[in-house]
Amino acid sequence: MWTHLRRSFVMAVLCTLVFGFLYAFAGTGVAQLLFGYQANGSIGPNGSALIGQNWTGRSWFHGRPDDAGPYAANPQKNVSGGDNPLVANGVNGESGATNLGPRSKTLVADTRALVAYWHRLGVAHPTPDLVTTSGSGYDPDISPADALVQVPMVARATGIAPSRLRRLVASQTHGPQFGFLGSSYIDVLSLNEALARLRAAGS
Amino acid sequence: MGFFLTLVLLVASLGLAWRYLGSYMASVFEGRVHWLSWVERPLYRLLGTSPEREQSWKRYAGALVVFSGMSLLLTYLVLRLQGHLPLNPQHLGDVGSALSFNAAASFVTNTNWQNYGGETTLSYFSQITLMVQQFVTPAVGIVAAVVVVRGFARRKASAVGNFWVDLTRCLLYVLAPIAFVAGIVFVGQGAVQTLAGTATFHDALNGVTQTIARGPIAFMEAIKQLGTNGGGFLNANSATPFENPTGLTNFLSIFLVLCIPVSLTYTFGKMVGSRRHGVALLAVMAILFGSVLAVTATAEHQNNPAVAAAGVHSSVGNTEGKEVRFGDTTSALFGVASTSTSTGSADAAYDSFTPMGGFGLLVGMMFGEVSPGGTGSGLYTLLIYAVIAVFIGGLMIGRTPEFLGKKIQATEVKLAGLGALVMPIVVLVVTAIAVSTAAGRAGPLNHGPHGFSEILYGLTSQGNNNGSAFGGLSGNTPFYNVIGAIDMLLGRFAIMIPAIALGGVLARKDVVPQSLGTFRTDNTMFVGLTTGVVVIIGGLTFFPALALGPIVEQLSHGRFF
Repeated sequence: MWTHLRRSFVMAVLCTLVFGFLYAFAGTGVAQLLFGYQANGSIGPNGSALIGQNWTGRSWFHGRPDDAGPYAANPQKNVSGGDNPLVANGVNGESGATNLGPRSKTLVADTRALVAYWHRLGVAHPTPDLVTTSGSGYDPDISPADALVQVPMVARATGIAPSRLRRLVASQTHGPQFGFLGSSYIDVLSLNEALARLRAAGS
Repeated sequence: MGFFLTLVLLVASLGLAWRYLGSYMASVFEGRVHWLSWVERPLYRLLGTSPEREQSWKRYAGALVVFSGMSLLLTYLVLRLQGHLPLNPQHLGDVGSALSFNAAASFVTNTNWQNYGGETTLSYFSQITLMVQQFVTPAVGIVAAVVVVRGFARRKASAVGNFWVDLTRCLLYVLAPIAFVAGIVFVGQGAVQTLAGTATFHDALNGVTQTIARGPIAFMEAIKQLGTNGGGFLNANSATPFENPTGLTNFLSIFLVLCIPVSLTYTFGKMVGSRRHGVALLAVMAILFGSVLAVTATAEHQNNPAVAAAGVHSSVGNTEGKEVRFGDTTSALFGVASTSTSTGSADAAYDSFTPMGGFGLLVGMMFGEVSPGGTGSGLYTLLIYAVIAVFIGGLMIGRTPEFLGKKIQATEVKLAGLGALVMPIVVLVVTAIAVSTAAGRAGPLNHGPHGFSEILYGLTSQGNNNGSAFGGLSGNTPFYNVIGAIDMLLGRFAIMIPAIALGGVLARKDVVPQSLGTFRTDNTMFVGLTTGVVVIIGGLTFFPALALGPIVEQLSHGRFF
């Protein structure tokens, strides 16, 4: 027993040093050396390309409704909303899904509220992604179909021709990796940054 | 089409791993791999042991239990003292006693059930300490499986190996190199790896100011998947882009989760001198995995009933709780890989899966996680079922059954029976306690049958050391923290110790020469029999509970709760 205890203690401490700290520190060193941009969070001038943000109004493309309609942040009720990786506009949050089950009355009501939310913005036929929330709570992406149904809304608000916006959407679409891994997606932040450049060039 | 190609690539890459990683692991545990012997030798000297000094199964199991107890204690202390330890850029305080106990038990049993949100609860120091267990516990599981394999491979032997040597070799030669290389891929694709703390920025376009959680995530992600651990750095686990940024990392995650459990069947075949027996076990795993995947992937490609009731019909499957970059069927594949092993990582919200989708995930765990199961635990649990199948086969033809030439007698059958029955009994009893007490019924977020499913899922997951959740269950209460920890500890050690004992008992026996009347244990008949045993023990034991949860939910057309 005493031998087991002594060996266990030595082994546990050594494992902590080697497979904990040495591994994490060496990994961080290699990561920072080889892929500094990615390792630090893919952060550009307007935020991280990998973290969804809350887009409001009709002149921007919106992401998944993690932070819209029934899921909007409400500091009074201590509801953080989605698109909240730790703090967003002063409200604390963390990653997470709604966890509403497939036969949840709340989910039916929330989905109806989101359909109404899109109707108010002028999107007549919101796609499934646009009325359901993501697994992380801050999905940075939408599918090409999700972007295309928002084109008429953005076109009316910005005065840019729908055909020009559709070309923009196409140019921002990433296919599945190697043609088959995962789904086609558009990074909403990059799309809106491209839209901002288009608006600046047009005005 | 994309899903089909993903499956083809997965099968092809697992085939390569099976052949080469499987053979490499056999060499490691037979002591033929030496490229890090300059690290091994001083370590053995420090521990006061050596590869030549082998242990009986009792001493082997004793060392394993004491080492796990020590890991539990040290992990618990780190969490309790977190506020006084370094590497804490968010200045998070000490973790409470019930939650620390649950988390320590969870990581020491390879479960990685998390009753906390990582980014808002744990310092980098604590996360790294938990990551140590993500290396150690798969190694413990693998060496326990190796003891059972040696039980079949050795003749008239009283020793089954040296725990410290096997553990060291597994860590150094198998887990660490693969994890490190995979970690680099995760970072390259966009997973975060920094010790610099959070980042805050302002988006001038929409006026949003965000603070994002960062940390040494990517390399933890690699061992989280490879070791079938599943406990992520962030609350939403592999659904978050910082843990699992692209379709490629999602595929890599699925591959890493499956590669060691699958390859161990080759290791088994090689060490016992009959590759056909390894292939037979692999076939059982593949049949069960394929069946569960067919159910869950089909179900997730359907409309979410609640979303459809709100008038939105989908051609892209159930999107609630799923990430756009992965899609419906690939998220289903991830879920099945995660719950058919002891991983429990999640790239989508399993709670929002359709009733039959969630049913598949539950069944993957209720089979005892043998398809292909956790690192090591999958192999030894399946061998337990195989011993029972041999016993039943022997009863049918009326002679003392043999498995790989070893007579399966009363002691072996008792140990196998114990190993197979512990999990269903523990899971059903704790579930019954949870639904009978107010503290237990306070847990679920959802109402109706889905609320029951959340409790059943949580306790099945912990009893099988899986760690995935129907996340609506509020687990961070004294009741769930304590009952969950007991569930996890029994689900780990009350199966692992009978398995090691089985290895020890078998190792002592001599091999009986094969004759015409010997019941074959490497053919299609035996694959069918073993699959049947798994389905009957796992499936039928849990059928009444499943009927009250996902099955009644599936049949509740037009009703919402």
